[in-house]
Amino acid sequence: MVSHMVWAGSTNGGVHLMDNVQPILELSGVNKSFGSVHVLHDVDFRVYPGTVTALIGDNGAGKSTLVKSVVGIYGIDSGTVSFDGRQVHIAGPKDAAALGIEVVYQDLALCENLDIVQNLFLGRERLRRGLLDEGSMEKSARETLASLSVRTVKSVRQSVSSLSGGQRQTVAIAKAVLWNSKVVLLDEPTAALGVAQTKQVLELVRNLADKGLGVVLISHNMNDVLQVADRVCAMYLGRIAADVEVTKETRREFLVELITAGRSGDVGIAAEGVTI
Amino acid sequence: MSNDDITVAASDFSLDNAQVSSIASSWKAYKSRLRSGDLGALPSMLAITVLVAIFSLSTDSFLSLRNAQNFLEQAAPIAVIAMAVSFVLLLGEIDLAAGYTAGVCAAVLVIQLRDGWALPAAIALSAVVAIVLGVFTGVLVAKLGIPSFIVTLSNFLIFQGILLLLVKEGGTIRLENERVQNLVGSNMSVGLSWAFGVIAVAALSFIMLRRLRGSHGTVSASATYLKLVVVAVVVLGATAVLNIDRTPPKGTKTLEGMPVAVPAVVVILVVLTFLLTRTRFGRHLYAVGGNAEAARRAGIRVDRIRLIAFTLCALMSAVGGAFIASAIDSVSAKSGGNDTLLLAVGAAVIGGTSLFGGKGRMLNAVLGALVLALIPNGLPLVGKKVIFGVELDFSDSGIKFIISGSFLLLAASVDAISRKRAA
Repeated sequence: MVSHMVWAGSTNGGVHLMDNVQPILELSGVNKSFGSVHVLHDVDFRVYPGTVTALIGDNGAGKSTLVKSVVGIYGIDSGTVSFDGRQVHIAGPKDAAALGIEVVYQDLALCENLDIVQNLFLGRERLRRGLLDEGSMEKSARETLASLSVRTVKSVRQSVSSLSGGQRQTVAIAKAVLWNSKVVLLDEPTAALGVAQTKQVLELVRNLADKGLGVVLISHNMNDVLQVADRVCAMYLGRIAADVEVTKETRREFLVELITAGRSGDVGIAAEGVTI
Repeated sequence: MSNDDITVAASDFSLDNAQVSSIASSWKAYKSRLRSGDLGALPSMLAITVLVAIFSLSTDSFLSLRNAQNFLEQAAPIAVIAMAVSFVLLLGEIDLAAGYTAGVCAAVLVIQLRDGWALPAAIALSAVVAIVLGVFTGVLVAKLGIPSFIVTLSNFLIFQGILLLLVKEGGTIRLENERVQNLVGSNMSVGLSWAFGVIAVAALSFIMLRRLRGSHGTVSASATYLKLVVVAVVVLGATAVLNIDRTPPKGTKTLEGMPVAVPAVVVILVVLTFLLTRTRFGRHLYAVGGNAEAARRAGIRVDRIRLIAFTLCALMSAVGGAFIASAIDSVSAKSGGNDTLLLAVGAAVIGGTSLFGGKGRMLNAVLGALVLALIPNGLPLVGKKVIFGVELDFSDSGIKFIISGSFLLLAASVDAISRKRAA
């Protein structure tokens, strides 16, 4: 089982099925401290186009800090960020959006009093002769939802307050990909959803990757991860404990051990390497 | 994904077309909107119907032509200031000083006119004062983050003080300009009234039909036509009624035609509605009122929207101030005071604008103003009545306040309950 799962510490990328594909987003040796608390330790993190990368880890393992560092909400102390092979400096969410990196946060950033079209284009409304171009925005909204195979929404003019949790998540994700983005980071997209809606959103996540986007799925739910992810990065106490492919043989217990102990079998951080 | 797939999937949204293509299905969509707690203009329309029915049954003088003019002119200042505060109500904020902003700006206008300034210059100075007051409030709320309730409560006192200094205690300054006097209290000629009615219907048809064409099926055609017919009947009917000669038996001046205040309010309503629904600023205003954090993440500069909203509120209050001054052809230390602000906020809320922000329209403010103007207009005409053996004098101010307050309380409850249901 572990033959193709390779330890991916701070120095060695190991033998990877993805080695012939260039990552769209690559973080190398990233460190981040808040005062005396060292939150990210020499983190290497790669996102490949057309791939769902699950980012798992316990509360406080550094997942959120990693995401916020990617989009520039937090500045990193050391290390490099490369996008599409070029080293970049991302100073804030606007820089990230300009590159094509979008984040869908857990608490959905939607205005419930507005309809789907209005939310999708919020802050980037299309104008015609200085006025809102409703027709064109409506058309694009419909096309975007259709291209994501969203079939559960009755009308793009429905107010978001009338949508179910899954549909809202869908709209939030559609909002992120409407802008030809290349990397989408999803923070716990299924956390508050029921079974059917979770399935819906996971299908959408898969769709995004199949369209060629690099998708990062932050999740606590190992079933979701096993179902939809191509790769798993497990974080443990601010380090990447493992960066492995998901195969049919990948077991849930293996991932849980990575989250809780930082290692499982011969994959993970060596016991002596961990200092708390 | 191939193009074929996109067209197939897009056809799933044909529901957009099927859903609202007939009057029956529009009615169904409307009913489900009501059930979800979005009552829109329904409560204010009901209130208007009920009040008109009660007043016209209990007194003959209510449905007179001259009272119709009185009523419309009483409603106009409330409607304008209600539209002004709607800007900040949509953000979930409040401007308790809007009434005295109106008073101060009206005083500036009237004083400059008395001192011989040309009308445009006096208007310009009044507008500048309004902008200064609005930016002052806006900066304190948006940049310093002080709750608008506190800021505008302080401003309520400060602006009242400014007004007192301007007009001197107990003093009254006459409005000297005939054109401003005519804003409230004079009528358009019969011909001009018809022209306005016809143009209003034509313009509305043009806008609604264009929206229908550009909507790709999300707007129902039959519902649009039905709405148009109703609006045309109401507008042209009202024009016809107001064009009937209503000169009192011993009157020397012919009274006929639409009060000037009516087209003035309608033009303001149209311009502000356009600003809220067709421009980027309007969209962002609703977004900030609905979810400020989401708006911020979408790249909207939330504090700028707040600042502009408070400034627009002050500017429109100044326009309302001109209406107030025109109604009595003077300003005093009481202009914009008393219950002006409360009626304006009440009108917006009765019309269906939410105090929690993000929900409401300019039309709501006008409909609510009609409700709140009906009460003081109709009650004194009812006079003394014996109800269940108790003699009540309905011209008593006490009864007026109690009934107005009850309507407001009812509207606020509807707002809170509908919000609960939507959540």
